[in-house]
Amino acid sequence: MSILRTEHLSYVYSQGTPFEKIAIEDVNIDIEEGEFVGVIGHTGSGKSTLIQHFNGLLRPTSGKIFVDGQDIWANPKEIRKFRFMVGLVFQYPEYQLFEETVYKDIAFGPTNMGLTPDEIDRRVKEAARFVGLSPIQLEKSPFELSGGQKRRVAIAGVLAMQPKVLVLDEPTAGLDPKGRDSILSQIKEYHQENGTTVLLVSHSMEDVAQYAQKALVMNNAKVFLHDDVEKVFSHAAEMEAMGLSIPQVSRIFLDLAGRGYPVTPNVFTVEGAKQEILRVLGKGGSAHA
Amino acid sequence: MEQDVILLADHISFHYFDDNERPIPVLKDLSLTVNRGEFVAVLGHNGSGKSTLAKHFNAILLPETGNCIVDGINTREENRLYDIRQRVGMVFQNPDNQIVATIVEEDVAFALENMGVSPAEIRKRVDDALKSVGMYEFREHAPHQLSGGQKQRVAIAGVIAMRPDCIVLDEPTAMLDPRGRWEVMRTIRQLNREFGITVVLITHYMDEAAQCDRVVVMDDGKILFNAAPKEVFSHVKALHAVGLDVPQAAQLADELIELGYSLPPDVISEEECADALAALLDGAGIHPQHQA
Repeated sequence: MSILRTEHLSYVYSQGTPFEKIAIEDVNIDIEEGEFVGVIGHTGSGKSTLIQHFNGLLRPTSGKIFVDGQDIWANPKEIRKFRFMVGLVFQYPEYQLFEETVYKDIAFGPTNMGLTPDEIDRRVKEAARFVGLSPIQLEKSPFELSGGQKRRVAIAGVLAMQPKVLVLDEPTAGLDPKGRDSILSQIKEYHQENGTTVLLVSHSMEDVAQYAQKALVMNNAKVFLHDDVEKVFSHAAEMEAMGLSIPQVSRIFLDLAGRGYPVTPNVFTVEGAKQEILRVLGKGGSAHA
Repeated sequence: MEQDVILLADHISFHYFDDNERPIPVLKDLSLTVNRGEFVAVLGHNGSGKSTLAKHFNAILLPETGNCIVDGINTREENRLYDIRQRVGMVFQNPDNQIVATIVEEDVAFALENMGVSPAEIRKRVDDALKSVGMYEFREHAPHQLSGGQKQRVAIAGVIAMRPDCIVLDEPTAMLDPRGRWEVMRTIRQLNREFGITVVLITHYMDEAAQCDRVVVMDDGKILFNAAPKEVFSHVKALHAVGLDVPQAAQLADELIELGYSLPPDVISEEECADALAALLDGAGIHPQHQA
């Protein structure tokens, strides 16, 4: 079932001024409920502008957005409803914390939704558990925590609203490899346990390859590709030409395929690369050296 | 040779305090030497002590025990602080926190004005510094009009204008997109190769570390590895154990070696990996088919 759909969506910044700039143009995408979609594109490709339309932070210059089948701008007074349905985690969300305690910060969204105190309490604890925050940390000031922990608090605050669609803009920027893997694994787990649709904006195709099922590639304000990860990554050479950094193993296999070796260039994880080499070697007959 | 050493950490220890005033050791009897003209990467997960170490190199922090010597000057010599800071410049993660002026060239001139350099000399040094980071055409722009990578290069120019012997960069590319990262890395490499500036690069990106002369891996306030990238990245499991990645090329080679295939043990770059895989395929009788 379609959970998020756009129809001829376009957005122009500073329309009618000398600074007019088309940020997204005629975007038509359809995202099914429960999908995990990686959103890729270099700076200025329009991906941030696009995601800000999903919960009505930006109003399209033209075109429509449907969340769970409803045109979100059909009645502008009801836009708030869609803000709870589509949760947006911005870049560097740790700078947006403001409450006295971690608990209160996570409770902010659910409180605004008008939920009962019991339900708020349940959701705060549940969200904290998902991002790995301990009960002791819940009583601390968010400003006593490390950068990585603060980011978890910010993500928990959005999870606690239990949105149908969770959109994360570069949630691992600036984290070390361990912090990155742990946050992405928690998001994946949350996705699997709750069936929440996830859109992960990332510069790292390695991360998209590892965690997402589908990928949406933006280029020059338009959708360049929107398909299964395998199919999208089979365009690795084109994406590289676009200025996107493709995984190192993809470049290695493009190189091998270019030299004429019978390998597929559509490799994007170390595991996939290993399997491909084993497959080709298996064909060749003599296995172990 | 003694005079070739520009940075020396000699058995330094340092601790912070937690909320309950209990000491948390960050550097534990750590020793490290950086030679003039070297390009050294420092890796380590968050909390391993790498930023704390970096701050010792231009006397932002002083060791509790041991000594930190910069170009022969002990960082404890308070009256030589300017000499130390002029020799070792620092660049931090967030470009927006480092830019103070409203015009690019004024920002680059900021430290020089404070140092009392003559106006004619300032003009020359600012122009040279902006040219060396490829930002000369943007000298009259406002910093907010620049991309993250461009801002970071302006921050580097501000340091270069002081004509330092060494620059210490603390995750300068962490907040940048791939293009910005590429621009900044190219600039740093160029400063090292063409101007002989010693570079200490603290990073989480293994591909950046792979481009350096030497890689220092920190864990728990100590040095775990200190060797050429090829040597360090061959320790795939030990690096994973301390929360670090290795380049995919090294990991793939390592996994195939584990399965009993014969590949060189020191593959870290894409080209080396492709060559090694090509040799492996050739060895198994699978050769290029030139139909395309």
